[in-house]
Amino acid sequence: MTQSFTQQITFYTEDHEWVTVHGELATVGITQYAAEQLGDVVFVETPDVGKTVKKGDELAVVESVKAASDVYAPLSGEVVEANEKLADAPETVNEHAESEGWFCVIKFSDGAETEGLMDKDAYYEFCKGQ
Amino acid sequence: MAEQISDDLRTTPLHGLHVSLGGKMVPFAGYEMPVQFEGVMPEHLWTRQHAGLFDVSHMGPCFLMLPGGPREGDDAHAEIAALVEEVVPSSIATLKPGQARLTVLLNEHGGILDDLIISRPAEPDRQGMLYIVVNGAVKHQDWALFEKQFEGRAELKRADDRVLMALQGPEAVDVLNEYFPGCADLKFMHFARMEYEGSRCLVSRCGYTGEDGFEILMFPDEGHSLAVTLLDDPRVKPIGLGARDSLRLEAGLCLYGHDMDAARTPVEADLQWVMQKSRRERADFPGAARILDQLANGPAEKRVGIRPLERAPAREGTEIHVNGEKVGVITSGGFGPSVEGPVAMGYIRADLTEPGTPVQLLVRGKERAGEVAALPFVEPNYKR
Repeated sequence: MTQSFTQQITFYTEDHEWVTVHGELATVGITQYAAEQLGDVVFVETPDVGKTVKKGDELAVVESVKAASDVYAPLSGEVVEANEKLADAPETVNEHAESEGWFCVIKFSDGAETEGLMDKDAYYEFCKGQ
Repeated sequence: MAEQISDDLRTTPLHGLHVSLGGKMVPFAGYEMPVQFEGVMPEHLWTRQHAGLFDVSHMGPCFLMLPGGPREGDDAHAEIAALVEEVVPSSIATLKPGQARLTVLLNEHGGILDDLIISRPAEPDRQGMLYIVVNGAVKHQDWALFEKQFEGRAELKRADDRVLMALQGPEAVDVLNEYFPGCADLKFMHFARMEYEGSRCLVSRCGYTGEDGFEILMFPDEGHSLAVTLLDDPRVKPIGLGARDSLRLEAGLCLYGHDMDAARTPVEADLQWVMQKSRRERADFPGAARILDQLANGPAEKRVGIRPLERAPAREGTEIHVNGEKVGVITSGGFGPSVEGPVAMGYIRADLTEPGTPVQLLVRGKERAGEVAALPFVEPNYKR
């Protein structure tokens, strides 16, 4: 059953993704910490709209000069929008990782999946231990 | 005290310096080495515009000399050159005093065991000895091969307990000439014995970036002292392995174990230029029959540059397709900061090596447009 969030809330994963839920939609990106670790982002492969993913599936790929890194789906659902701006401006991920550098929007199928995710303070502590 | 990643990893004499400069340390070729300081992109661009300092002490500098050590006379050079020519297809005998040459170590099938630079000392009284630098990842195998091959006929002296550093970029020459007066007069692929703080050093005008620059072999304390001094110069920044890889890829230079290995010959690797005419005519190197056949009739596959035409980089292992058929594979690929786009190299069927030939690159299951490209991707700035 779809659980909807009346307020916008942002969660974080141990794989350094952020996910902002609002209503039935979740906007996903990588955190500023992750972007800094990667260095200059040179390519982002966003998922095709209409793709359905399970939590933990490969959702997108972000590439730095050095290497390609997978980005995993923080929630299950259907991709309803992808950030097309990243195709020509992948550096947006470095400049605004947690706003304009979003990767895609998922219409999520199970709001209860947010339960295992971290809030901002917990994520901050998690990064300190990395 | 700097923390080490693993006890099994060796460190270079510059390890503490890297850590103090904020270098991100990773395991590489059995050593703990800095992969980046400020970031791959800015370090790459800095090296192309100014001067970048690289610690390459993990590599395998060594000296091969006739029993009893170096001595006077061209006959001594001829003698040591003849020994080395048993395992490489380049003409070492024709090296002039002070000259260096890139070559490859071959197995009996003509497969490449390593690529290496062999230099002949300039001094008339230091003949019968060669300064050789082999790759870090295979240095122990190479040295074991030398010891077996030349047993009783030559002595190997390893020098990988020293500092080997590279200063690369258009401003490298002006910076280094302050510490090694006269090094500006060295030509590309030449070297000289010089002094720093009263200690002997070998200064070679060569590198792995496509830029003008130098590699310097020094004893540990003086090497550390010079590295600190050079980094004090506003024209010099420390550069990690990440930018070293993107710089050499843009320059079209091979990385051993990736762009060539024991399964590839110098002809397939597009390194036939390392085999001088005299050696081809004598056909007296390992695997000569196969290599000469490939020179005459062409190999089945050849190393080429590949330019992905979309923004997605094609990394090592990416399949190269033409009309849905696999025709090759990428062996090195990434983003070229100076090219401002993805660049790669790989092996492709010999009938498809013409620059401009359209290909498809299978990146994560998607065919993406690419084309065969001439190497290098950037014009080299060597001082010939």
